[in-house]
Amino acid sequence: MDHHRIIDHVPALRRYARVLTGDAWAADDLVQDTLERACRKWLLWRTGSNLRAWLFTLMHHLYLNQRRSAPPLQVVDIDTLHEGLQAPARDTDGALDLERCLLRLPAEQRAVLLLVALEDMAYADAARVLQIPVGTVMSRLARARARLRELMDPATAQAPAPALRRLK
Amino acid sequence: MPDRSTRPLDEYDLHALADGQLPPERAQAVRARLDAGAAERLAQWTAQRERLRGLHAALAHEPPPEPLRAAAARLQALQDRQAQVWRWGGMAASVLLAFGLGWGLRGQGHGEPSSAPAPLASAQRFAQQAAVAHAVFQPEQRHPVEVAAAQQEHLVQWLSKRLGRPLTVPVLTAQGFELVGGRLLPGESGPRAQFMYQNAAGQRITLYLGALDGTAPGAPAGAGAGETAFRLYTEGPVPAFYWRDQGFGYALSGPLARDALLALATAVHQQL
Repeated sequence: MDHHRIIDHVPALRRYARVLTGDAWAADDLVQDTLERACRKWLLWRTGSNLRAWLFTLMHHLYLNQRRSAPPLQVVDIDTLHEGLQAPARDTDGALDLERCLLRLPAEQRAVLLLVALEDMAYADAARVLQIPVGTVMSRLARARARLRELMDPATAQAPAPALRRLK
Repeated sequence: MPDRSTRPLDEYDLHALADGQLPPERAQAVRARLDAGAAERLAQWTAQRERLRGLHAALAHEPPPEPLRAAAARLQALQDRQAQVWRWGGMAASVLLAFGLGWGLRGQGHGEPSSAPAPLASAQRFAQQAAVAHAVFQPEQRHPVEVAAAQQEHLVQWLSKRLGRPLTVPVLTAQGFELVGGRLLPGESGPRAQFMYQNAAGQRITLYLGALDGTAPGAPAGAGAGETAFRLYTEGPVPAFYWRDQGFGYALSGPLARDALLALATAVHQQL
């Protein structure tokens, strides 16, 4: 039984949407749309089932629909660029790099990685949210991590990708 | 399936270890068998995970902007209401199942087994819906009714039209209850009306009424269309008296003692 109030889930939804979309405005719009959609669909939610997973599922559907109807433009946000150019070397540079590299991952890999790493979601719950088998969660997670590492550090790109290699 | 602790290691174990999703004994076994390369990748995934978790960490603690808070509050209201319906509706259903069985045996006689199921089922459904409707609207502070008592003429015309029968709103002033108003509700076999009354102490009672078996001509017309005596439920969220008269079902629900509720139900019945 999920005893959390709806509002308790909103910060996590915002943060996930922020990293998923890479845009503060788009993220809050996505969260807003998710809550509105949940209001229209609330009869489908069974009291006592996993509210968090349900909200993330709705959000994922909306995100996919948005991307389908309007493919993401390769736009560099001027504020981000400005900040990136001007900011003194400190930790935010690394974070900006990480965010940029994340946005270059295929969306379905990004979603898996963020649900698991950022949201600390169990693999089985992530599978439910994304409506894919757990095995697919695992393979996408492994690919997402390897790809993100290559993007962050191009020197590693030549290293053999440890796909499903058995260890001893 | 091989034992979890002895199964060969694979790359997925490293991910599950970095994500803290391995059972303790498996995690221990994996750690014990890491070679240098695997240990390095584990460190990579762990560090990457930590960096990801640092992204926009402040958002996780910041109060959301007002539009999001408002949307969350709307959703919360819907879900609170649904939780209440599940809780009380389920309770009402189980009580009414027992009641409905008794009703069916009493009301139908023993010679017509084929006609028993329809009125039995409809009686259950009607009374269950009455109980749920009471549970849902009785606690409402801002919108207990759709049309307030101040517009009683309009209320009666409207609901009479929608229920397809001239209705009268019983007056319960002598018993200390004033009409709050009424609302239209969907029922299984057509529209239903709910009238709400309140006394000086703030106690609310609801009268729920509507056609029974409206979509099943034939089945209820014979044995089911007559009048029945009052029946009392005592195991629902509040006690309710329920009866049936000329194809209409009525249920009066309220948090009152049996005698007080019976007096009100009698007063209602006399005025209809």
